Amino acid sequence: MLPFDMPQDTDIAWCPGCGNFPLLNILKMALRDLGKDPKEVVIASGIGQAAKMPQYVDAHMFNGLHGRSIPTAMGIKLANRSLTVIAESGDGDIYGEGGNHLLHVARRNPDITVLVHNNMVYGLTKGQASPTSEEGMKNPIQPDGVIVEPFNPMAVAISVDVPFVARANVSDVAQAKDIIKQAISFKGFSMVDLFVPCVVFNKTNTYQWFKEHTHPVSENYDPTDRVAAFQLALETDKLPLGVIYRNDSRELYEDRLGIGEVPPYKREFSEEAFQEVLAGYR
Amino acid sequence: MPKFSKDISIVVGGAAGQGVQTVEAALVRILKDAGYGVSACKEYMSRVRGGSNSVQIRLSSARVPRRAYIRRIDFLLALDAPALEHLRWRIGEGTTVFAEKASADMGGICRFIDTPMLRFAMEAGGNPIYANSAALGVILGVIGIPSEEAETYLTKVFSRKGDDIVEKNIEALRKGHAFGKHAAYAENIEVPLVPDDGKKDDLLVDGTTALGIGAIAGGCDFISSYPMSPATGVLAFLAQNAKRCGIVVDQAEDEISAINAGLGASYAGARAMVTTSGGGFDLMQEGVSLAGMIETPIVIHIGQRPGPATGLPTRTEQGDLNLALYSGHGEFSRAIFAPGNPAEAIGSMERAFDTADAYQIPVFILSDQYFLDAVSTIDSKEIVRLPIRRNIVKTQAEYLRYALTTDGLSPRGVPGYGDGLVCVDSDEHDESGHITESFEVRRAMMDKRSRRLDALRDEAVIPHAFDNLEGAETAVVSWGSNRGVVEESLTRLGSRKLGGLHFSQVFPINPAVETLLSGKRIIVVENNHSGQFADLLVRELGVKVSRRILKSTGEPFCVEELMDELEPEA
Repeated sequence: MLPFDMPQDTDIAWCPGCGNFPLLNILKMALRDLGKDPKEVVIASGIGQAAKMPQYVDAHMFNGLHGRSIPTAMGIKLANRSLTVIAESGDGDIYGEGGNHLLHVARRNPDITVLVHNNMVYGLTKGQASPTSEEGMKNPIQPDGVIVEPFNPMAVAISVDVPFVARANVSDVAQAKDIIKQAISFKGFSMVDLFVPCVVFNKTNTYQWFKEHTHPVSENYDPTDRVAAFQLALETDKLPLGVIYRNDSRELYEDRLGIGEVPPYKREFSEEAFQEVLAGYR
Repeated sequence: MPKFSKDISIVVGGAAGQGVQTVEAALVRILKDAGYGVSACKEYMSRVRGGSNSVQIRLSSARVPRRAYIRRIDFLLALDAPALEHLRWRIGEGTTVFAEKASADMGGICRFIDTPMLRFAMEAGGNPIYANSAALGVILGVIGIPSEEAETYLTKVFSRKGDDIVEKNIEALRKGHAFGKHAAYAENIEVPLVPDDGKKDDLLVDGTTALGIGAIAGGCDFISSYPMSPATGVLAFLAQNAKRCGIVVDQAEDEISAINAGLGASYAGARAMVTTSGGGFDLMQEGVSLAGMIETPIVIHIGQRPGPATGLPTRTEQGDLNLALYSGHGEFSRAIFAPGNPAEAIGSMERAFDTADAYQIPVFILSDQYFLDAVSTIDSKEIVRLPIRRNIVKTQAEYLRYALTTDGLSPRGVPGYGDGLVCVDSDEHDESGHITESFEVRRAMMDKRSRRLDALRDEAVIPHAFDNLEGAETAVVSWGSNRGVVEESLTRLGSRKLGGLHFSQVFPINPAVETLLSGKRIIVVENNHSGQFADLLVRELGVKVSRRILKSTGEPFCVEELMDELEPEA
């Protein structure tokens, strides 16, 4: 067994052929490549098939509530900045239920990595449209097809200056692993949108479809050009893969808050500080 | 020739923006520094300018000031005509009113002193805004506190606005002071209170500050919250002390984020809290349920205000006991505190953090607008300090976050401390914290999460008995902010038939309470419409509640009103 591997007999709740399987391997490889110790890694997730990921990784886990993996991950990081903190969930969880958190935690810029399993459908609730479902997709709730515009996570992330925005396809193991490694190593709020096909409920956006509808960004592409990145993010006929946007100049929320290395549970209560507070009210 | 012996009630009324609260802040500080026991409370409209607001300040030569809201006004300073109208129901024969002559016809119901505060303001600074400093001068002149005391205070407060502003305020103050001094002489007003020098070491705090001090004393490391009246002050207090005390303060995008971030921080080993009001708490409820499931401590302060929905945003009510008691889906353990005075607020907050960590549960503090805004002096010695017991263990390699134990409590590890992995799951989980659908495990975990309620109940704070409860036929029961008003009412009624019992912890209820109430007629006083605590007492103890004295207008009870209600029982 390698680090981050769960025991062989772990019962995995995903369907055979699910895109989450290759991603599970990619994530574990990326963490091993980075030399991470499972004892320093926390994966916070929400609810859904994607959010079960930490159940199958041998590391610290906070499998919390639907849509809340990002604020939870931020809270963990602010309480112990020496931990490597990953928030991981599906597109419905992070772009839908937790959309507000994505926007506003990005503004704060804590050093956490957000991995979004984007399968363009709701899996666990059985086949309803997700925020990234394409217009026209027929499903039990929109029998005549989806009539709302899909959410564009890349464009939104760039617009709120998420300082590391990337997209990968789990079919391309090498690229996906490389991007996840870059995201985890990035000092700041990093987000990777991962194409992870749902083989049961999404018969349109299949492994084959993602292969045909994506292309890697060109070699001379400069992700630090925010306007160019936004333009690239608006391309929808063929979806770009790679690091779409990167801004290395943003200060960390932890630093701005003045958070030190010693986590609170090791902190000594300062009676002196307390008495100073009281003195202000005498 | 009015003489005042025990305590004096001063009320300042005016529109929002006229500086009524500035007068209150100045007066309580100056009176406190002069050695008086002081308390104050306020009522105000949900607007930034206009309307009619008021503050009540009580000063006393007694060490412990009377803190309750009372109808009686000894001195009223009305900064505008609507203030007199707004406060007319509280003006009586004993009231001395300082106001502009032209402003109202008081029909001889009180002693009216034509006080040209506006003229003083115009003469001093050419702007009506200085009328509040003139008013401050008037009352200090009447009481007989030298103007210099206030000048030092005003210089400090207004210095950042520039010397010109400071000077104009001081000039207005002096004009008012000379007037007040003369008026006291001319009208034979004597305020023969002897300040007690022993009180210099006392603290002057409002409920908000007391809760904030309690949070610091309780070792709070983290707060994430979204502003909502009247609970925002606790967030602001901790923000202002964050650097000094090493507290992480995060202003969240919404209450949902706040509590989930708090639980993340708590999971990682921080003592975390959130502060909000009922409406904001509605959004937090999923987090309460999560805290119950993952057995992760969190302290939740709900500063109550009248609902439903937006209700009366700046008014007071005790309407959210049931909300706290039943919040969050599913069944799990919790504790709810409801302090009744500032010292109790400090102690309750410490106890809340201690209880949350000891039992790995969500713990509530219920306050309300009246309580949070009410200021008073407290004896520093009243502050009870609890040791900070985090109950965090260094994990071993085979650590199980939810190890089954006899008392239902598993040793709590945090990520990064020890060789174990700390896994928590909002799904039903096994001992390792991983998802399960085993009915056997479910049964064990439900029992685990519920069993601690027995210990919580046995350790619940015994309510405060007063006014000879033991020998009384009738127990007047209250909780939270009503402690002061009931204490004063019973003292003034002086009936041996009535005794008081105040709960600063409302859930769970210590079984010893049964003995305290045994054989007594029970009256419950609550600031809500249905008697939520009375219902809880009936449910928990099987007692009969004979009478409920309730008020849900958005105002606190005042002493005279409660005395009228209790008179037939006395």
